[in-house]
Parts: sequence; structure tokens; C-alpha cells
Amino acid sequence: MFSIKRQGSIGLGLLGLTLLFFALIIPIENKTAYLGISFLLLTLGGLFYFNAIYGNTLAGIKNDGVWFNALSTRGISGWILGMFLTAFYIAIYWFPEVLGYNEQGVSTGLVALFDPLSYLLNGNAATQWFLYGTLYTFAIILFGIKFIWKYWGNRYQLFRTLSVIFFQFCFAFFIPEILSKLNPDTPYFAKDLKNMWPLNYYFLDQWHLKNMLNGGNLGLFFLVFGLVMIFIISPILTYRYGKRWYCSWVCGCGALAETAGDPFRQLSSKKLSVWKFERWMIHAVLVFVVVTTIAAMWSFLTDNPELSFMTRGQFISGVVIVLIILMLTLFFWNKNGLEKDAKYTLISLGTILTLILSIQSFSGQYTILFIDAYSFQKWYGFGIGAAFSGVLGVGFYPFLGSRVWCRFGCPMAAILGLQQRLFSRFRITTNGGQCISCGNCSTYCEMGIDVRAYAQRGENIVRSSCVGCGICASVCPRGVLKLENGELEGRINTTAYPLGNNMEVNP
Amino acid sequence: MKQKLYISGMILGATKKSIVILGNGISGITTARHLRKKTDYSITVISEEAPFFFSRTALMYVYMGHMQFEHTQPYEADFWEKNKIQLIQKRVIQLDSENQQLLFDDKSSLSYDNLVLACGSIPNRFGWPGQDLKAVQGLYHKQDLDNLEKWSDSIHEATVIGGGLIGIELVEMLHSRGKKVHFLIRESSFWNTVLPPEESELVNQHIRAHGIDLLLLSELKSIKGDTDGRVCAVKTKDGKELPSEFVGLTVGVSPNVAFLKESGLAIGKGILVNRFLETNLPNIYAIGDCAEQQEPLPGRSAIESVWYTGRMMGETLAQTLAGKKTAYQPGPWFNSAKFFDIEYQTYGQISPSPDKKKENQIYWQHPNKNCAIRLSFDPNSMKILGGLSLGIRMRHATFDQWLTQNYQIEEVIKNLDAAFFDQEFSLNYLKEFQNEWELKKSEFAFRL
Repeated sequence: MFSIKRQGSIGLGLLGLTLLFFALIIPIENKTAYLGISFLLLTLGGLFYFNAIYGNTLAGIKNDGVWFNALSTRGISGWILGMFLTAFYIAIYWFPEVLGYNEQGVSTGLVALFDPLSYLLNGNAATQWFLYGTLYTFAIILFGIKFIWKYWGNRYQLFRTLSVIFFQFCFAFFIPEILSKLNPDTPYFAKDLKNMWPLNYYFLDQWHLKNMLNGGNLGLFFLVFGLVMIFIISPILTYRYGKRWYCSWVCGCGALAETAGDPFRQLSSKKLSVWKFERWMIHAVLVFVVVTTIAAMWSFLTDNPELSFMTRGQFISGVVIVLIILMLTLFFWNKNGLEKDAKYTLISLGTILTLILSIQSFSGQYTILFIDAYSFQKWYGFGIGAAFSGVLGVGFYPFLGSRVWCRFGCPMAAILGLQQRLFSRFRITTNGGQCISCGNCSTYCEMGIDVRAYAQRGENIVRSSCVGCGICASVCPRGVLKLENGELEGRINTTAYPLGNNMEVNP
Repeated sequence: MKQKLYISGMILGATKKSIVILGNGISGITTARHLRKKTDYSITVISEEAPFFFSRTALMYVYMGHMQFEHTQPYEADFWEKNKIQLIQKRVIQLDSENQQLLFDDKSSLSYDNLVLACGSIPNRFGWPGQDLKAVQGLYHKQDLDNLEKWSDSIHEATVIGGGLIGIELVEMLHSRGKKVHFLIRESSFWNTVLPPEESELVNQHIRAHGIDLLLLSELKSIKGDTDGRVCAVKTKDGKELPSEFVGLTVGVSPNVAFLKESGLAIGKGILVNRFLETNLPNIYAIGDCAEQQEPLPGRSAIESVWYTGRMMGETLAQTLAGKKTAYQPGPWFNSAKFFDIEYQTYGQISPSPDKKKENQIYWQHPNKNCAIRLSFDPNSMKILGGLSLGIRMRHATFDQWLTQNYQIEEVIKNLDAAFFDQEFSLNYLKEFQNEWELKKSEFAFRL
């Protein structure tokens, strides 16, 4: 009975998906109806399926059989899904014509199928990016419903999921499209208010800056708001709540990982060696994006002195001063027992500083260390922006888990993480001596944090990579973990013994 | 191979004291880890059961598919080598205390300067007819899990006997794989030797809500086998016959000491130890499930077979072995469990049927959710004695402080907010509990 319901609903959803991709082969007459029916089938298939698996269960943890399921443990269906997603991403980024996109003329196929919706929302024909954005948002809403159902009764997970759905639908999808429709003549710039630099790595690129500056009041608003986000709102929120305010409550990448990616969270590696790799990788990406951005600003200031309020010399001096202040602050803070983390940050900042100074001393107008500033941007866009965040980040969900991009590649997560580790009220508190080392927390940590290693010692978890999804606390069978915001003092505690023993301990 | 390494180590660094720990559960491994932090002694851990330390309490999640067995191992395989803790997977058959050595079933031996016995428990069996049939077993060792997995596909209906913590875990496990489960409990209500009546009843209802056939006041008479020697049914004393392709015997555990009977160790139910966890024989200590306190700590059992006490004994003994003789001195009692979806935590003393002159209790239960809080206090001094919660997480540190510093119950209830440990945005029942107290307060005062 149960399996009939399950298989039937999966069939319904797959039918919807097949219909969608059928548009690649067969020209569709009534696009509106066809698109509507496809999405209706997908939605109904999803809802019936969620009802079949969670509908008749009591509130509680629903991880039964996770490791017996081929889809969520790199079995055959997992591989098929992974390859399908990867292929789709490769097509979106590098071969949109496969999907029917025509840059010069009228698109056909799958892209054209989305024309009715695109005209309705932004007044233009659909592009591959509109197709992608629509599917992306749809996936977050549909699987968001599944996630809420799965964790029914858990209000942290409920509010968090409603939040990511809201921000994705309104800020990343609906408002930007409507704004484009209302301002048809302004040049293109990113209109997703929450997609801040450096996640949006081209925010300060020459073309993007120019388009914002030429985009009237709207463009100026987005420029100013973007800068306010980076320099004021984000540091304050990260100080108060940790990086979770962004990564698992607002961010679009996080939104997909937490909803559609949830069945794959247990695939992240918890090995010590991978953690070491992660720390080098994330800092390298951070250096890369900062240098790229500074190079972009450099070339912008060189080319458009009339649009700027400072010279490129002033700009570089400003950046150097800020970096030196940051490094000195860190250096003096080093005494608080943060040696290792502070060391990584110092090295990163030092590298950035060296690279920037090389602009002044070695280079001509457009080069840093003899490398064309533009090629920095180009390679960042290809390597990090597309290949890493898209293909590896989402296409590889079924192979490496849902947060590969966030863990190893996201420069935004790196910056917020630095602050979370060094200057934030956030921590995961462990509950005295109650841990039984079962390992559920570590297994279901999508960021690959070995939560248990801390919990079984009665130690708080203050890790730069923690996105604060709260799943470790939810799946803990003994009530050991709690995400909290509190005083800075004493949040990193390395106790000799977990609570419970009254013996005298050697100092 | 490992043993050779160990012997050559002995020759090279002949002066190094050698500590041998029998058992790689939480007690033995805690001893080894803390001892390694404090000393450079040679440390060897022996286990027949598994090559590496794993969390015994997590075995259920492997069967339920929440985790793979590897996930239950808190340390990566190279941790032991890095920390120079040698692991031997062999069966010890005899302790020769005179020559300070252990004998293995392959006839080899291993000598020690100090021996730590942390050999755990074995599941109880009470001589029921049919208890040795195929697919009749307890749930304690890794091998029990492997056996259960082996039978699993051919189980449609199963019976679990014994209403304790392992019993309900096994019921949940079988249920998670779609088996029809009969849960046979001798008592009138689930675990009512520990849980007060209201909490126990709440758990009864929750067990039934999951579709389990909960049979209270039911005792096992015999287990029936088929022609292959495998169990096919369970007979109860009141004449019921329950078809079962699997029977779980979870009627408690006893110290695993049979192989030590001839060793000269003083053994009661477990290995008898004093406060310093020393046995009657020189240089031999016992900790964890297998140890029995000659003089139990006030208000505590002589044998405490829970994870937490095993860990604390390990921490204590590491101090002694490292040269600072330390008595086992656990703080206020605490424990936790999960009954299907209901989490349970307890701190200090909560008697299931208290002597009202010595212990009074205030209880609140949510009208329709699986949430309850109970606090106990001394009616004479009005000091807090303990706390118990179902479906609500409590902060260990806060309760520990209240209990060790003898807080007044009034004070505790006023500040109960500080003890809540549920995830952010969870509903908080502080007001409801405080209202309950205001209602009942006069009643308590009257008793005074």
C-alpha cells in the first residue's frame, strides 16, 4: 500500500519532468498550458510523495533507512541523478544552445517553453538563466515543503525553512524580475538584494559597476545597498547570530542545499584530512576573489576616472591601510588562544597585501604580477563562479553532499566564517556530560564538522564553517546540542572533563 | 604483529610501565586516552568484540539505517597509532595474577604492570525453555547486531521481552524495518521501576501510538521452535501464543566475569572494588559495567551499568594510574534515554513511588503533547532533590549546580527558565509549570 503510493507519486513527478524535457525535441503549440501541466504534475507528484512518506508518522526524527537508500548513499539512482544534474549545469553554463537558447534570435526548445512566464514577469523572452532561476526557485519551494514536513514540530527548522523560501522567492526571483519589467531601459545589473559580494563576485567588476552607475536611482540604490550590506549589515548580524543569519536563513545556495540537498547531507566527509584541505581551499578562494575584485576596481578606476570619486592610487592605499589594520588587530588578538585560526587568516591577508602591493611596484595599467586583470576575472568566473558553485556545488550533491561549494569554495562563507570564529556571539553549546558519542550529529552535519568530537568532551563548538542549520541539535537523541548566542567571554572552552565527575583535577 | 611491536617496545624501553586494559568500551578507552595525555606508559587495549572503539549505545542507529557502523566510531583508525595506544583483537581466557599476565585463546600471553578490567556486561537469560533457539538473542554486542541483521529479512513478526532501555530500543529498531512487534513486559507499566507512574503511562501510550503490541503484566513461559531449530512463537504465562520469527531477550545485563571465576579476584555480582576502583588483587583495577562497589555511594547502586558512569570511572582511574590516587566520586546522578520520539533526561533523585516524608514531587504534563516535567524536593528542608523531563531538554550544568548547592525548590522553579535547553524558537512551558506549582504549593505547605 505504502509503496504503491510512493511509486505512483514518483511516477507522477517523473512524468512532469519528462514532459518538461520533451520540449527539447518537440515544438510546443500552447506553451502556457504545457508548462502549467508539467509544473502541476511535478508539484502533485512531490506532495503525494511527501504525504506518503511523512503523512502518517508522528513528529520525530525521520532518518530511518537513509543508509539503505541508493539515492542518498551514492547508489545507482544517486549516480544517475548526479550525472543528470551535472549535465544540466554544464549545458546551462557553457552550451545553452542545447536547451534551445539562441543569443541572436528567437530561442526554441526548453528555454522557449518558459517564454509565457518570462513575458509575464519581466517582459522579455526567456533566457537559459530565467529557465534556471525558475527551476531553482521551484525546487526550493517544493523540497522546502518536504523539509518542513520532515521536521514537523521543530520550530527552528520551520522558521529557518520559511525564511530561505521567502528570500529565494521574493529577493532572488520575483522582485528582480518585476524590477526588470518596470525598468526596461536600464542596463543589466544583479537585482538580488541578498546576493552580496563576494558571493556575487562580479558586483565590483567594471561592467557591473558601470551599469549600476548608469542605472539611475535604482542602480545607485543597489550599489549603495550592496556596500552597506558588505560593510555594515553583514558584520553586525554575523556578530550577533553567527554566519547562519546568511548561510542557512537567507542565502540562495544555502536554500537549495537545505531543501533539495537535504537527502544528501550525510555524504560530507568528516575526515581530519578533509578538514585540513578545506581550510587551505577556502582561504585560497578568499584570496582569489579579493585580488580579483581589487584588480577589477583598479581597471575600472583606470578606465573611468570621470565616474569615480577617487583615484586608483587612493584606492590602493585605502585597501592597504585597511588590510594592515586588520592584520594588526588580529596579531594583537592572537593572545586569546586562537593561534591556528588567526594564523590562517594572517597568511591570507598577507598574501592579499603582497599581491596588491605588486600592482603598484611591478605592473602596468591592467596587470597584477604580470597577469592581465581581466583574466583574473575571467578565470574566477569560469573556475569558481561556474564550475565550482554550479557543476561541483549542485551537480555533485549525490556524490559529495549538499554543501561542497559552501564548505570548500564560497568566499562569502569564508569571510563570514572568519568573523564567526574570531568575533561573534554564536556557538553550539554542549550539554554537560550527556553525550553518548553516538555520532548522529557528525553524520548529519552537512559541513563535515565532527560535532561529536566536541560534544563528547563537553566542549562548545565554535567552528568557522558551521552554517547553523541546527540539524545536529535536532537529530541528537540525548538533547546535548543547542545553537546559542551569548557572551564572547568563555565561548571557546576546552574543558578537561565533561561535567559529571566531582574528582579533583590536576591543573 | 601488534604484539611483536609491543614486545620489541618493551625491550627497547624496558623501564616503561605497561598498562593493559581489557575492554575497548567507553570505560577502557577513556582510561587509555586520559592516561596517554598524562604519561608515556605503554598502553595496550584488548577487545575480542571489535578492532576499534565504537559507541555501543549507537548500535541501534546502524540497524535503523541512520548511520553506518563506521559512524559509531568516534576516532579515526590512525588515532590509535598516533597516540601510541596499541590495540589487540583477541579473546582472553584466563587471568594469571601471580605472574601478572593474561592468557589468550591462541595460547599466547601478555604481561602487565597494571591491569584494568573493563570487560562490560552480558545480557541476562533466565533459563527459559527455548532460549537457545536460533534467532533468540539479546542486544549488547556488535555480534548481536550482525546476527539480527542476518535474520532481519526473514522476520515479519517479532517479540521483545523485557521493558527496559535496551528492550524499547530493540522494539524501535524492529519497528523501523517494518516488523510487527510484540513487546512483553512483566511490570504493569513500562520501566516503572524507574519512571514515576505518569511518565511511564505517557510512554506506554507513545509505544502503542507507534503500532506496537504492548503487553503489560505479561511474562514469558517458553519459546517455541520450528523444525530447523529456529524460533517460531512465544508462549506467555497467561496462555497467549505470539507468532515470532525473532525473539529479543532484553531482561537486563550482568557483569561479564565468568572467565575470571578462577583468577582469585573477589567477585560478587561483579568484580568487587573499593572507592579507588582497586580489586582485592594487587595492580588490578575494575571499572564500568563489570565493577561492583563494595560500599555503594549513598543513594546509588553497587553496579552502575550506564555510559556516563563508565566514562567517569575511566577518568578517575587514569588519574590513579598516572600517580595521583583518586577516589571515584561522581557528582549528582544523571541519565538520559529516548523512547521512540520522546527524549528523557533525569538529574538527581526521582523516586517512582517516593516516601512522601522524605521526597515530595511536583509534576506537570502537557495536555496533548509528549512533554512533562517533574521536580522532587525534600519536604522538610524544601531543597531540590532531582528533576526529570520528557520531551523537554534540560541543561545539565544548571541542574548540577542546583543539586550540588542545595537550592530551594522555590528558587529553582522561579529560575527554571535557565534550565531549558531546547532548540531556539521551541515552545517553553515555564508558565504552565509555575502555575502548577502555585496551585499545589499550599498542599505541600499543608503537609509540612
